[in-house]
Amino acid sequence: MKYFFDKNGPLISTYFLISILFWIVFLIIIPQLYMLDLSFRPNLPPLLRGGPDDVHTLVHYKHFIFGSETSQDKFNYVDIGVFFNTIFTAILVTVINLCFCYPIAFYMAKVASPSTSRLLIISLIIPFWINELLRSFALRILFAGEGVINNVLLGTGLIDTGINFIAQDVALYTGLTYAYILLMIFPLYNAIESLDSNQLEAAKDLGSSTIRTHWRIVIPHAKAGIASGCTMVFMLTAGALATPVVLSSPNTYWFTQLIYQWFNMNDNWSRGSAYSILLLTISVTFVLLMMRIFKVKIGEIIR
Amino acid sequence: MSADVELQNISVTFGNFYAAKNVNVKINEGEFFSFLGPSGCGKTTILRAISGFLDPSEGKVLIGGKDMGGIGPNKRPTSLIFQNLALFPLMSVAENIAFSLEVRGVDKIERRKRADELLELIALSGQGDKKVHELSGGQKQRVAIARALAIEPQVLLLDEPLSALDLKLRQKMRTELRAIQKSVGITFIYITHDQGEALTMSDRVAVMNEGELEQVGQSNDVYNFPQTPFVATFVGENNAFHCKVVSTEKDFVKVDFDGVHFFAKAGGDNKKNHNFKKGQEVILFIRPESIFIRDKSNKFENNFSAKLKTIEFEGNLKNIYLNLNSKMDVRFSVPNAVDTSNLSLNKEVDLTFSSSKAVVLPSGPLAVD
Repeated sequence: MKYFFDKNGPLISTYFLISILFWIVFLIIIPQLYMLDLSFRPNLPPLLRGGPDDVHTLVHYKHFIFGSETSQDKFNYVDIGVFFNTIFTAILVTVINLCFCYPIAFYMAKVASPSTSRLLIISLIIPFWINELLRSFALRILFAGEGVINNVLLGTGLIDTGINFIAQDVALYTGLTYAYILLMIFPLYNAIESLDSNQLEAAKDLGSSTIRTHWRIVIPHAKAGIASGCTMVFMLTAGALATPVVLSSPNTYWFTQLIYQWFNMNDNWSRGSAYSILLLTISVTFVLLMMRIFKVKIGEIIR
Repeated sequence: MSADVELQNISVTFGNFYAAKNVNVKINEGEFFSFLGPSGCGKTTILRAISGFLDPSEGKVLIGGKDMGGIGPNKRPTSLIFQNLALFPLMSVAENIAFSLEVRGVDKIERRKRADELLELIALSGQGDKKVHELSGGQKQRVAIARALAIEPQVLLLDEPLSALDLKLRQKMRTELRAIQKSVGITFIYITHDQGEALTMSDRVAVMNEGELEQVGQSNDVYNFPQTPFVATFVGENNAFHCKVVSTEKDFVKVDFDGVHFFAKAGGDNKKNHNFKKGQEVILFIRPESIFIRDKSNKFENNFSAKLKTIEFEGNLKNIYLNLNSKMDVRFSVPNAVDTSNLSLNKEVDLTFSSSKAVVLPSGPLAVD
């Protein structure tokens, strides 16, 4: 600490210290702890809060697993279903995103000339100046029953009847994949870019095919970048709200929509908190598990 | 298993720039052949054309008599050793060495066996399970060689692989490389800007400048009988006297340098000497080690005197710098054992050199030093 102060001077050191502490304590720790506590308390009207009924309880977590007391079902099939559907779809979206972004990132990092590469980066970034909701609605216009894609397909005679992209959740998957594409491309790009190009040539010179060079040289080198991109895309996709609201089929619910309902429509903050905590815990556990399996250390991701 | 490499009229252009221009050379089977030249002379371009990473704009590369046009680097019987070695840092030493076998579907046990054989060849037995970063610079060097040799290429291409090593190690690796080449017996094509490396290791050397071959020959021929002013000054040290031709006699030329007359061999290419005309502007080259202080025991055809400027100590040699006619610097070297205590600054020193050690060439560009 003394070294830190000596090195950076009192003004900058104090500024860093205060801003980081404020960020961590006020914006992360306190609200999350409040949510955690809230999730273990009954949903009481304001007057009764802090009274004798305001005790710690597992009622909201029980509700997630077993459903309401009036329900006939053994388990809360609806919420659990939505939850796992959200997680699995988020995994699927992450995998699609990775498959889609890896060639682009490789092309930008190792194949394209620096000027082409810059042009590509700009054309990737600029669409993201438009906000997420607008981008989702734009996709809805494309995928709607009377939308651009159907009109083109019908017009060219490739199909006879319009395809319901929204009901099939094609629109949702596309929207979610597109929503966080930059968070996949840039970590991949950074990771691949740091690979010595001579290694690619060396592999080729030794007789390696393109696929094997990627499998044995590029992907192992870019592992941390892949993990970093996948983590961010998975977390944000699982926690997305705007895109599912706009693009999901009427039958598909995203878990965040449930959380939103508990908070806003049902005015049940405790249950909303409990559901949020569940989503957070499972997402983090899943990510840590994957990192364990693929032997990626958390320090590597941040690098 | 080895093959000859023939470059037929190779040119490589980037826009209007010629990276290589009309390069014609035949490299023999089992030969250690070096391309020597300053950075940017096109030697790496030639190597990339042989390895297949670059298609020549004109001309053909033939390996073992077979035209390599349209054949990719992964399909050519060549292996390339990169300047920075390009070992795979995430693989073990043995995996690195056996990578070329892995991509050819050789099974694991066989791969390991071959890797161990090669580790023995490069005197690194039992180190196959180490990571690349655990090796020293010289060991990495040897692993890169082993990796390139694993598929038993017919031609090994080396792109300045010793340039990152320190002097002692570099000298040691020269001997080792030469020994490995002798034991595997395949053609080695070596790229370097270090004339010491080229001269000590090679059977033949090609000196390149600005994309063109200046001279191809055995090390001692290139050193003793340079064919162009560039070669004379790039390979080793040389004193260049800008003179005018006075007369020619058979293989010798008499030249005039500011009133002093010198005799020297007439330079030429492999076939015949240059045809010098009276009054023609020429350059006389004489190497520092061929100039002596004139005394009773050392007396040759050519004599001149110059004013002593400095004596530089270089370990085994002393380099003595003099000033001639106050406009030209002359340098000569004597072994460290020679007593130079009787030389004093700004005093005229009488010097002498043999006409058989001096070469006259038509004026032309010198290597920048």
